Amino acid sequence: MEDKQYMDYIHANAQKSNHVVTLVWAFAVGGVICCIGQAFIDLFTVILPNWDKAKVASLVSMTMIFLGSFFTAIGVYDKLGSKAGGGSIVPITGFANSVVSPAMEFNKEGIVLGMMAKMFVVAGPIIVAGTVSSVVSGVIYWIIGLFN
Amino acid sequence: MEIFLGYVKAFAIGGLVCMIAQIFINKTKMTSARILVMFLLLGVFLELIGVFKYIENFAGAGITVPITGFGSTIVKGAKEGAKIGLFEAVTYGFRNMAGGLTAAIFFGFFFALIFRSHSKKA
Repeated sequence: MEDKQYMDYIHANAQKSNHVVTLVWAFAVGGVICCIGQAFIDLFTVILPNWDKAKVASLVSMTMIFLGSFFTAIGVYDKLGSKAGGGSIVPITGFANSVVSPAMEFNKEGIVLGMMAKMFVVAGPIIVAGTVSSVVSGVIYWIIGLFN
Repeated sequence: MEIFLGYVKAFAIGGLVCMIAQIFINKTKMTSARILVMFLLLGVFLELIGVFKYIENFAGAGITVPITGFGSTIVKGAKEGAKIGLFEAVTYGFRNMAGGLTAAIFFGFFFALIFRSHSKKA
């Protein structure tokens, strides 16, 4: 009985420390990726002075997506992801990873029904959620505009 | 010094957002698709209630590089379009997604053609 209690104690503590470790990893990796994004914002603002803020933001997203895709393709991003968890999923590079990773994996099942279809396994829900919110918020703003 | 402080803020808020995601992953075993949709909708919500721009002014890339930034640009587009007319109101949000989606789909296609999968299942 005592042994069992001891094992439970060890187990509970191990889980707790694992939990904390994953949080530290997620924080550190997510923070670093955001700093890389900030560096691109600063860089593009300087080298493209006549671009407005929204266009720079879009270009930064595309650059980060390129980097996320590239590091997924060479196999680095998924290795990082096994440590970083949320730190590699939530940044826009994680969105790129969620497109490229299944695209590469299902490529062997054919270009059309394998790669092209399966690349939306994770991206699909995001596109749907994004499009629906886009229409709903657009209609809300349009109706508000009618009364102003 | 001010630029350096900007990076500290981006690191702190970006890290915090990812850490919150990790808490959800640890506690609920949510998959990455659910996490991404949840944070996208969080960005949409924060932009709709007008809080996002304050966080963005403070944290810069710390909130725009996570998928919350994607949600926010969608609503920004919808808001801009709504000033012109109903057609623009329902389409300009997607227009703001266009850059990111184009990049993701194009690079996804391109890299899947030239690189082999590294997954152990293959």
